[in-house]
Amino acid sequence: MKKLLVYLKGYRRESVLGPLFKLLEATFELIVPLVVAAIIDRGIGAGDTGYILRMCLVLVGLGLIGLLCSVTAQYFAAKASVGFVTRLRHALYSHIQRFSYRTLDQVGVSTLITRMTSDMNQVQTGLNLALRLLLRSPVVVFGAMIMAFTIDSRAALWFAAAIPALSAVVFGVMLVSIPLYKKVQGLLDQVLAATRENLTGVRVLRAFGKEEDEIRRFEGKNQALADMQRHVGRVTALMNPVTYVMINLAVLLLIHTGAVRVEAGIITRGAVVALYNYMSQILTELIKLANLIINMTKSVACGKRIQSVLDLPAGEEVKPDAPTGDSAYRVQFIHAGMRYAQTGDEALTDINLNVRPGQTVGVIGGTGSGKSTLVSLIPRFYDVTEGQVLVDGVDVRAVDPAGLRSRIGMVPQKAVLFKGTLRENLQWGNEKATDSEIMRAVRAAQAEDVVAAKGGLDGMVEQGGRNLSGGQRQRLTIARALVRRPDILILDDSSSALDFATDAALRRVLREIEDRPTVFIVSQRTSSIQHADQIIVLEDGRPAGVGTHDQLLERCPVYREIYESQFRKEDAQA
Amino acid sequence: MSKPKQKAERGTLKKVLAYLKPYWGLVALSVLLSAVTVALTLYVPVLIGRAIDRIIGPGQVDFAYILVMLARIGAIVAATAAVQWLVSTINNRITCQVVRDVRDQAFRHLQVLPLRYIDTHPVGGVVSQVIADVDQFADGLLLGFTQLFTGAVTILGTLGFMISIRPGIAAVVVLLTPLSFLVARFIAAHTYSYFKLQSETRGEQTAFIDEMLGSQKVVKAFGREEKSVEQFDEINGRLEKCSLQAIFYSSLTNPCTRFVNNVVYAGVALAGALVCVTAAGTAAPFTVGSLSALLSYANQYTKPFNEISGVVTELQNALACASRIFKLIAEPAQAPDDADARVLEEAAGRVEIREAAFSYAPEKPLIENLNLCVKPGQHVAIVGPTGCGKTTLINLLMRFYDVNSGAILTEGTDIRRITRRSLRTSYGMVLQETWLKAGTIRDNLTLGKPNAGEDEIIAACKAAHAHSFIKRLPQGYDTVIGEDGGSLSHGQKHLL
Repeated sequence: MKKLLVYLKGYRRESVLGPLFKLLEATFELIVPLVVAAIIDRGIGAGDTGYILRMCLVLVGLGLIGLLCSVTAQYFAAKASVGFVTRLRHALYSHIQRFSYRTLDQVGVSTLITRMTSDMNQVQTGLNLALRLLLRSPVVVFGAMIMAFTIDSRAALWFAAAIPALSAVVFGVMLVSIPLYKKVQGLLDQVLAATRENLTGVRVLRAFGKEEDEIRRFEGKNQALADMQRHVGRVTALMNPVTYVMINLAVLLLIHTGAVRVEAGIITRGAVVALYNYMSQILTELIKLANLIINMTKSVACGKRIQSVLDLPAGEEVKPDAPTGDSAYRVQFIHAGMRYAQTGDEALTDINLNVRPGQTVGVIGGTGSGKSTLVSLIPRFYDVTEGQVLVDGVDVRAVDPAGLRSRIGMVPQKAVLFKGTLRENLQWGNEKATDSEIMRAVRAAQAEDVVAAKGGLDGMVEQGGRNLSGGQRQRLTIARALVRRPDILILDDSSSALDFATDAALRRVLREIEDRPTVFIVSQRTSSIQHADQIIVLEDGRPAGVGTHDQLLERCPVYREIYESQFRKEDAQA
Repeated sequence: MSKPKQKAERGTLKKVLAYLKPYWGLVALSVLLSAVTVALTLYVPVLIGRAIDRIIGPGQVDFAYILVMLARIGAIVAATAAVQWLVSTINNRITCQVVRDVRDQAFRHLQVLPLRYIDTHPVGGVVSQVIADVDQFADGLLLGFTQLFTGAVTILGTLGFMISIRPGIAAVVVLLTPLSFLVARFIAAHTYSYFKLQSETRGEQTAFIDEMLGSQKVVKAFGREEKSVEQFDEINGRLEKCSLQAIFYSSLTNPCTRFVNNVVYAGVALAGALVCVTAAGTAAPFTVGSLSALLSYANQYTKPFNEISGVVTELQNALACASRIFKLIAEPAQAPDDADARVLEEAAGRVEIREAAFSYAPEKPLIENLNLCVKPGQHVAIVGPTGCGKTTLINLLMRFYDVNSGAILTEGTDIRRITRRSLRTSYGMVLQETWLKAGTIRDNLTLGKPNAGEDEIIAACKAAHAHSFIKRLPQGYDTVIGEDGGSLSHGQKHLL
C-alpha cells in the first residue's frame, strides 16, 4: 500500500492543506458550547440583551468561518484524491500494456478490468473521505474532552470514561460485523453464479430437464444468504441502542456531578449545559469515524489489489547471448517445447522445423493438439520452456519483442476489431499506410465487399465489431495483417468462418503477392493446407509427421486419417 | 416529474406492497415501534432540561428532584434502546425475506421464460436484475421508507415539543429550516450536470478499458501498446477534470447545510435567551433548562430535512430497480404443458416435420414449407451455409422455439402435445455452444446421467476423443473447471 502513495507525491500541498482546514473547522465547532454557556451565565444571568445579541452574532460568525474552512478543505481533498487516482490509473494501464501473454493468462482479463475500474473508484472515494474526515473526527472527540477538562476536571472524568467505552462498542461491533459482511458477500456471489450459470447453460439444462433441480439448488443458496443477512443484522442492530444507552448514562452522571459542583459553587449552570453539549457531539463523531474506517478498510483492500497487479513483472526479458542458428532460414524450431503452467504436461514437445523465406507451412491436428501454441512462439507471445525458436537465425528471445512483432502479421483465431473507422482498424497493421495500400490489402483479403457495404474506409466499426458478421470480421482481420506487408504471416485457424471458395481465393492471392511472405496456416481442414510447402501434423503436442501433402499421405497415419475423414465428408456434401 | 412516470411509480409501489403482504404484521409492528422510539427519544431532552432547571447556583440545587428525574431518564433510555433494537431487527428481517422471495420468484420465472427472451437479452443484464437490482430495491426502498417515516415523525414530534415549550421560538425554527432544504436542493440541481458528465466519461473509459484489455493479446500482437496508452490518457485527463468538478461541487452540500443549521441554532439561542431575560419574573417564565432542551431540538430538527432530500433520490432509484425486476417477472412465460400432455417414454426415434414455417423476426422469413420424415435408427445430417437455419431446426425439434405454422411430430404426436421434459430428455444433444458448469469435469460429464459409473464416463470420453486431454489436466477427471469452462480451450469444451 505504501508504494501506491508515490503517486500522491505531486499533491503534497493539497493532502496537507485539506486535513488542516478541516481541523480548523472542527476547532471552531468546539467553541460553540462555550459561547452558549456564556450566553446563559453572563447574558441571561445578568439580563444583558446586548451581550446576548453579540454572542449570537459570534455563533453565526463561527459558522461562517467553519463554512469557509470546510469548503477549502473539500476542494483540496477532491483535487488530491482525483489527481492521485488519475495518475494511478495511468500507471496501472501502462503497466498492463507491458504484460506478457503468460502474465495475462495468469491474471485474467476480468480481474484487470475490475482493478482498473471499480477498485480505482473505491480508492478515490476512500482517499477523499480520509483527507476530509480522518483528522476531523478524532479532533472533535478529543477536543470535546479537552474542553470539558478546561471547564471542570471532575466532571470531565466522565468524558475520559465514556470515550473509551463508546469506542470499544462502536469498533467492537464493526470488527465483529466486517468478517460477517464478507461471508454475506461470498454467499451473494454464489447466488449470482447460480443465476449466471442457469442462463448461460439454459439450453443444456432444459435439454436435460433440470429446471426443478436448479430451482431447488438456487433456493437453498438464496435461503442461506437470507439467514446470514439476518444474523448479521441482529449483530449490527446492537450498535445504535447500546451507544445510545451509554451516552445517556454518561449524560446522567455528568448532570449529577454537575449538580454537586454547582451546589458547592465550583462551576456555573451554563458550564453544565456546555458539558452536556460536548457529550452530545462525541457520539455522532465516533459513528462517523467508524463508518470512515469501514470505508477505508475497503479502499485499502482495493489499493492492495491494485498494488498486487503493479507488482507483477512486466515486459519480456531480452537475452542477447542466446545461441544463433542458420540465417538462411526465415523461421527455425529447434527441439522446441513449451508448457503453460508449472503443473500439467507439456503443451508442445520436441518441435523441429526449418522454413525458408517465402515458403508456406501448414499446421494441422486435432483439438488441443498445440497448433495455436506452436505459431504463438514465433512472435514470442510465449517463451519456449525447452529448445529454441529462431527468426533469420537469431533466437526470438535475443531481440526487442516490439521489433520482432512489427515484422509479423498475425490473424488471431478470434476475429477482434475495435471501435472506430475501418481505416483506423486496418491501420493497426501499419499506422502510415495510405488508402491505396490499405485497399490493396483489403482486395487481397477478399474483403472489398465488406468495405463497400460499410460505405468505404470511413465506415464505422462498433465496439468488438458487433455490426459485422463473423466472416466479415475474419476477412478484415486478414486485411489488417496484410496492411503491414509482413515478412511472416500467421493465419491461426483464420479461414474457419470463410466458405471454401473464399478460402481458396485467399490462398491463391497469398501465393501471387509481391515480396511474398512466409506463411503459417493453422487449420483443421486438410483442404486449406494441402498445397503448403511443408505440413506439420500435431498430436497431443507432439509432431506426428512433417512433409508435403503427398509424403504425409503415404507416411503419416494420423494425417491420412484426418484427410480421409474430411475427404469423404466433402465428397458427401458435393 | 412527468405524469406517466408518476403513474408507473405508483404501479411499482403497489407491487412492492404486494410483496410486503405476508409480513404486514411485522410492518405494522415496526411502524408502531418506530413511532414509540421517536417519541421516547424526544422526551429525554425535556427531562434533562427540567433537571438543569433545578441546578440554579451554589446552595440552590434540588437534589431530590434531580435524582427522580435522572432515574426517570434512565428508565426511558433503557426502554428506548430495547425498542430501537427490536425495530432494526424487524426491519432487517422484513428486508431479507422480501429479497429472498423476490429472488426466488425471479429465478423460478427464469426457468419458464421462453428461449426467445433469454436469447435476446444479455446474460449480464438479467443477472444484474436478479442480484444488484433486488439488493438496491430492498436497501433503498425498505430503509428509505423507515428513514422517511422516522424522519417525518421526528420532525412532527420535535415541532410538537418545541411548540409546547415555547411557540414563539418554535416559529423561528420553522421559518429558518426550509433554508437548509433549499440550499441542498440548489446544490443538487447544479451538480447534476457535472455528475452526468462524470458518469458518461467514466462509462466511456470503462468501455475503452473493456475493449482494449479484453483483446490485450491483439493489442500486443500489433505493437499498439503505446498508442493505446495515449488514447487512454486522453480519456483519463477528461475524467480527472469532470470528476474534480463533480466531487467538489457535490461535497459543498454538507458544509452549506451545516452552516444553515448553525444559523438556526444561533437564532434559537438568540430568541431563547431574549425570552429568558424578558419573561423572567412574569407569569410565563422561560427557564434555562427549556432553552437547553430547545437547543438540542434545534440540532435534531434540521437533520431529518437533510436526510430526506437524500432519501427521496434513493427511493426513486429503488423504485426504478424494482420496476426492472417486476418487468422481468411479468415477462410472459412459455405456454405451460397441456394438462393431458403425453409423456414420451422409450422414444424409438420417429420424427416427422409437416409444412413447418418459422422465423425469429416476422420480416425475415427463415424456414418455410419444411417437410421431413425420419424413421427410427436413421442418421440425418443437416448441412448448409452459415445462417441458413441449421441450429434453428434443432431449436424447433427440442421445442426451444415453437413453429409459427405447420407441425413437428415425434412418435406420431405433435410435440406441443408432449411434456417438454419428456421430449427433451429423449434427445441426446451436442450443442454448438459449449457450456460447462462450474465444478469438476466429472460433474459436467454426468449432467445427463447422474449415476454413470467410472467406466461409462471414460468410455464416453474416449469416444469423443477427450480422454487424452483430460488425462493431461492436473487432477484428471476431478479437475475443477471455472465458471463457463474457465481455462479450457474452445475445442476442449466442445469435446466434453
